[in-house]
Amino acid sequence: MDNKIKMRAQKVNFFYGKVQALKDINLAVHANCVTAMIGPSGCGKSTFIRLFNRMNELLPHTLLKGKVFLDDLDINSPLVDAVDIRRRVGMVFQKPNPFPKSIFENISYGLKVNGVREKDYIAGKVEESLKKAALWDEVKERLGESALRLSGGQQQRLCIARCLAVENEVILFDEPCASLDPISTAKIEELIMELKKSYSIVIVTHNMQQAARVSECTGFFLLGELVEFGKTQDIFTAPKDKRTEAYITGRFG
Amino acid sequence: MPRTHLKEKLYKWIFTLLSFSSLIFLIGIVIVLFREGIPIFKEAGFLKFIFGRNWYPTYRPPEFGILPLILASLWVTAGAVIVCIPLGVGSALYLNEIAGYRQKQFLKPVIELLASIPSVVFGFFGMVIVTPFLQKVFNLPTGMTALNASLILGLMATPTVCSISEDALSYVPNAFREASFAVGANRWQTLTQVVIPAAGSGISTAIILGMSRAIGETMTVLMVAGGAAVIPHSFLEPVRPMTAAIAAEMGEAPMGGSHYHALFAIALVLFLITFVFNIAAEIISRRFRIKLGLSG
Amino acid sequence: MKQALVQRLGFGLLFICITSTLFFLGLIIYFIFTRGISVISWVFLTQAPRNAMTAGGVAPVIAGTLYLTLGSMLFAVPLGLACAIYLCEYSPKGAIVNIIRMSINNLAGVPSVVFGLFGLAVFVKFFGFGVSILSGSLTLGILALPLIISASQEALLSVPQSIREASLSLGATKWETIKNIVLPTALPGILTGVILSIGRVAGETAPILFTAAAFYLRGYPKSVFSEVMALPYHIYALMTEGAHPDKQKAIAYGCSLILLFLVLFISGIAIFLRQRQRSYHG
Repeated sequence: MDNKIKMRAQKVNFFYGKVQALKDINLAVHANCVTAMIGPSGCGKSTFIRLFNRMNELLPHTLLKGKVFLDDLDINSPLVDAVDIRRRVGMVFQKPNPFPKSIFENISYGLKVNGVREKDYIAGKVEESLKKAALWDEVKERLGESALRLSGGQQQRLCIARCLAVENEVILFDEPCASLDPISTAKIEELIMELKKSYSIVIVTHNMQQAARVSECTGFFLLGELVEFGKTQDIFTAPKDKRTEAYITGRFG
Repeated sequence: MPRTHLKEKLYKWIFTLLSFSSLIFLIGIVIVLFREGIPIFKEAGFLKFIFGRNWYPTYRPPEFGILPLILASLWVTAGAVIVCIPLGVGSALYLNEIAGYRQKQFLKPVIELLASIPSVVFGFFGMVIVTPFLQKVFNLPTGMTALNASLILGLMATPTVCSISEDALSYVPNAFREASFAVGANRWQTLTQVVIPAAGSGISTAIILGMSRAIGETMTVLMVAGGAAVIPHSFLEPVRPMTAAIAAEMGEAPMGGSHYHALFAIALVLFLITFVFNIAAEIISRRFRIKLGLSG
Repeated sequence: MKQALVQRLGFGLLFICITSTLFFLGLIIYFIFTRGISVISWVFLTQAPRNAMTAGGVAPVIAGTLYLTLGSMLFAVPLGLACAIYLCEYSPKGAIVNIIRMSINNLAGVPSVVFGLFGLAVFVKFFGFGVSILSGSLTLGILALPLIISASQEALLSVPQSIREASLSLGATKWETIKNIVLPTALPGILTGVILSIGRVAGETAPILFTAAAFYLRGYPKSVFSEVMALPYHIYALMTEGAHPDKQKAIAYGCSLILLFLVLFISGIAIFLRQRQRSYHG
């Protein structure tokens, strides 16, 4: 963990209406690392990473206390536009959510809304992103086809490619393999390992093996609290907290 | 400020403003009806207007009592309800509980399609086919009667009542039916003792909306009700419902005169009656959705 | 088995209900079709009326209905769509939204003749548009507004939240998301709703009685400020005005057939499309 800190949550509390979903979370995400968030369903791990690109403010009746930094920028400061943050911090969702458009349009969409107009550049970027997402060989003959006709695993890799095309700095994965078969899952994990060379990656998963396989750092969430955070190796072999130990040895969740 | 902010705010404001259009039109309608209708209340007296038994707007001196018109509307609507409950609700029950999947896939859109037949076509049918038929069967001086209007209006409201009732029935959870079958009830018992009570308020909503549509319907009653502005005594006499009076007389009423104001006042009464119907339907349907655990 | 008998009787009764519904409504279509078809001819469809509405065709009448319908949609579709976009995409849940929702529901329940009076008082008199295509279109447009809003709302709500989030997460703004993702996805549903409303508006009579319609005009309307003949009003007028009831009745059959065909055809397309529309994850 010698890399510099890319994103940082500082004393984060988060509320849905009156229900407190996150309690006093402090956590740092390092550049060119994979940071995993594990914990049972409803522990707040998904809520937490959605704070990193300000997705939670789309939900009604929510309240955030505390600060989230991207490099040294307070992303919730009134001077900062959520749109600019989302251009730098991309997200891949639990369920593949391609737009009902062609494969090509799916990838080029992010470029277009960010003001890119040159056709050659866009075409090059689409190819590059699809290659990075290990999807190019499967779809290069049919870029004009609807993305909805791809298989679930292909759709998810398409969503990753779509995210890559925007050239962001951080990519948030919210249980990206939750709805996929083991082979597709393996492909996506491989991809994540490859991507961390150029991105900072945060992944939420309820699959502990997955966290162990792909991540350098792991945080364990329980009931809205960050129980333990540290090197993945340490968390899985020598957890400091009893609750972490109970979870990773499969006693609850 | 980031470059996109202004544009985004602008769009939000435009949509916010435009979304008030329905409210503005509704308020506009209320204002127009009151403004143009109030003068007649001053001239003829409110109670005399509502409860007066004589509607002679073009006599000298004119008489503006709309009781015959109100009663005619209620009379015709009541008749229509008698027609459209068995037809509409019965059809909905058949579709939901008896029809097989393919039969339902076919019949539901057909019923919906029939709901789109224009009212003037119903009126025309009533005039050229039902009128001579009734005249012959009942040996009447004219076939244009309250009965004719009720039959046509009832038939017209049937597809609507059927569609809404069917929706209500389809919201009843299958678990209710299964629970009833599990204690040995047959399909008919399940239908009458479990499904209909569960969907009851949804079906009531359908009927109220059907009534609201019938009482506000203009062209059919204008064409087949006969048009006599007298207090109705039987279904076999001609009557003049409120909508028919407005539609038939507005053309000849001098603009800004008492007759003109009287017609707006009738429209106001009509508007208030349908308003009450619609509110009642909304309240009942909201309760229904809460009862079945659907979102309000 | 007494219970079994009751069930058979009950089911039989319901069967009678639905067959009578279909029978009677079918009867209307049958009569109008069989008696109207003999009136329909090339001349009837393409020429203007002659000899005080007793001969010639009804082409300007059909055109009038098209003008009024088109005019009402030009007014109601943008407005209704904007309203639905606000309610589904922008509105925070709250009192204002409830008031707007309530007013839409109530507007939908206003009797059509009341819209006619409103149009007469506001468009014809107050704004001074006179009895004209413009007044009639605006009046019909207000009548269609709640239909367009609820159809558009339904279509917008069926767009999954997940692709809105995907778009926003790529750095698109709210409006870019609505314009590029939400509206194209909802478009088929919105179109179906618009087509259904067209079917409804084309057959409305009471709102145009005092705002747009005339019984007999020579030829086609000249501008949006002209009076206009329209199919539904024409049927009514043929049956209640004029000096040659028998000849007029034949023409009324023809007009009814055209109107019925037009409305059933338009609504049929919409209903058919809706049956076929696939959902996002289908």
